[in-house]
Amino acid sequence: MTDVALGPVAGVPTQIGIGGIQVLFPAIAEYVSTVAALREAGFEMCVDLCAVDYLGHPGRPLPDGVDPERFEVVVNLLSLSGRRRTRVRVQVPEAAPMVPTLFDVYPGTEAMEREAFDLLGIRFDGHPDLSRILMPEEWEGHPLRKDYGSGRVPVQFKEAPGPR
Amino acid sequence: MSEPENPHTHLIERPDWSTTETSEGSQELFTRSETEAAELGRQSGAVLRLPEGPVLDPSQIDFDRPDDETMIVNMGPQHPSTHGVLRLMLELDGEVVLRTKSVIGYLHTGMEKTGEQLTYVQGATNVTRMDYLSPLHAETSFALAVEALLGLDMPPRATWIRMLMGELNRMSSHLMWMATNGMDLGSTSMMIYGFREREMILSFFEKTTGLRMNTNYIRPGGVAADLPDGWEDDVAIICDTVLARTFEYDDLLTGQPIFRERTEGVGGLTAEEALALGVTGPILRSTGVPWDLRRSMPYLAYDEVDFDVVVGTYGDNFDRYSIRLNEIRESIKIVRQIIEKMPRGDYRIQDPKVTPPPRGRIDASMEALIHHFKMFTEGFKVPEGEVYSAIESPRGELGTYIVSDGTSKPFRMHVRAPSFVNLQVLPVLLRGGLLSDAVAVISSVDPVMGEVDR
Repeated sequence: MTDVALGPVAGVPTQIGIGGIQVLFPAIAEYVSTVAALREAGFEMCVDLCAVDYLGHPGRPLPDGVDPERFEVVVNLLSLSGRRRTRVRVQVPEAAPMVPTLFDVYPGTEAMEREAFDLLGIRFDGHPDLSRILMPEEWEGHPLRKDYGSGRVPVQFKEAPGPR
Repeated sequence: MSEPENPHTHLIERPDWSTTETSEGSQELFTRSETEAAELGRQSGAVLRLPEGPVLDPSQIDFDRPDDETMIVNMGPQHPSTHGVLRLMLELDGEVVLRTKSVIGYLHTGMEKTGEQLTYVQGATNVTRMDYLSPLHAETSFALAVEALLGLDMPPRATWIRMLMGELNRMSSHLMWMATNGMDLGSTSMMIYGFREREMILSFFEKTTGLRMNTNYIRPGGVAADLPDGWEDDVAIICDTVLARTFEYDDLLTGQPIFRERTEGVGGLTAEEALALGVTGPILRSTGVPWDLRRSMPYLAYDEVDFDVVVGTYGDNFDRYSIRLNEIRESIKIVRQIIEKMPRGDYRIQDPKVTPPPRGRIDASMEALIHHFKMFTEGFKVPEGEVYSAIESPRGELGTYIVSDGTSKPFRMHVRAPSFVNLQVLPVLLRGGLLSDAVAVISSVDPVMGEVDR
């Protein structure tokens, strides 16, 4: 099943994941073109986009030529015509956690990218409205980061209005 | 923590007036003079661009319209028809909706973060609280992901019990939807009927799992308990009753002129828009795309049962209503086949790694007691790896993405919530419609806010 998708995205490091799913590891520069090529290859829908903070992870198997970075953006694509899935994992460095947006390829990633920005602080270059989506606007930090320290920060809710 | 300045990242400036009372700031909908043209088009529902063919001609958007001709109305979060705490900001021209922006997060409790602190044994108690109308589907998705990482094959009876409970849950979820949708359209009798039928199914859940909702019944390694004695009769009564009642709903709603007037042609969606937005479930099927994971990419044992995938034509409210009503009937069909085919055997895998010893052995054996204690305090270790497992929940594709670092807790657990993604169609569905139809359209999307916000 892997040969069909390999054609348009040749050169991108690949792994076979659990369940025989092809996992692609493009560099940030090739990220959008890889996903666009996969869309051309029949992956009509982007079902999921999320980010992972690998800080403190003991190390993960990556194909040759892919250097592990702290963050990873994981995109799950679905082909309705081919009835199969593929996954794209992009390494995002801690110093500049920014990747280009997929909004122009799949408009449905809009909310998911906002969620990844909100919870992990990944910035999506070119996203039309990169604002927080789940957390309040003035929240400090990105809660799903591993160094966020849940329970350390007092809960940032507004105080109730006092008696008149 | 201050964000690094970057000229390439687009962040909307927050006007001073907008955030003094609420904390949403730039998540809100702004007046036309404060919105860029591209953003205006997006909020109007122009999600498809050239060359794929725009759904909305950009020239149709009146960019130069002065602010005082339109009005921005806030709806929710405390609104009975938003099915929880969904907040919508609507720009209105008279009664016609021009732009929509949904503001969510009012129910955010950080369940993905919580999932990282809980062991795989405890994890099902967390995910079951996300989509509180179909808890068993979230548990199934989580359990399938963990089992894929562990490389376990479930005994057939566990698989079939999961299917049985999943289909009953689909019925109860759709019945709940029928009830609330009826209420949103002014049919309070439908609300009472929907809750009445759902209660039968929840009573069966209580008998089987001990709880009506948030059951924590489907766990990695099988299910928590075997089905109760006489379950065939209970389920058969549920099937017969609900099937007969669905024809009463036909009399009550399907053929009723007022109901059809309010649903037919309201909130239309095309297949291209649905695919571009990542919409799944009944909303995608209402546009004519025959995509149901149970049929297209079978999990559990759905390839061994016979059922139809219900699709619509126009993608309007009526199609979505018909699909959900007929999916109740298809679920009944599946449940009846499950009664016939339910295999005998173990309801959980006999692998001491993931299955605690039975209660009886704990009294007799010290080792079993220690094993049981360690299972529930430390959990079991799951090999390193990452996996995405998706199932068809009543609202669409419910996926769980788990990254394991080899310990007994997930390193990262992400839930692809169908309602969260489906909510993105609201600007498309509402654009150009009447404000009075907005309630019906929100209802037909069937968002569960516990799952949207997680």
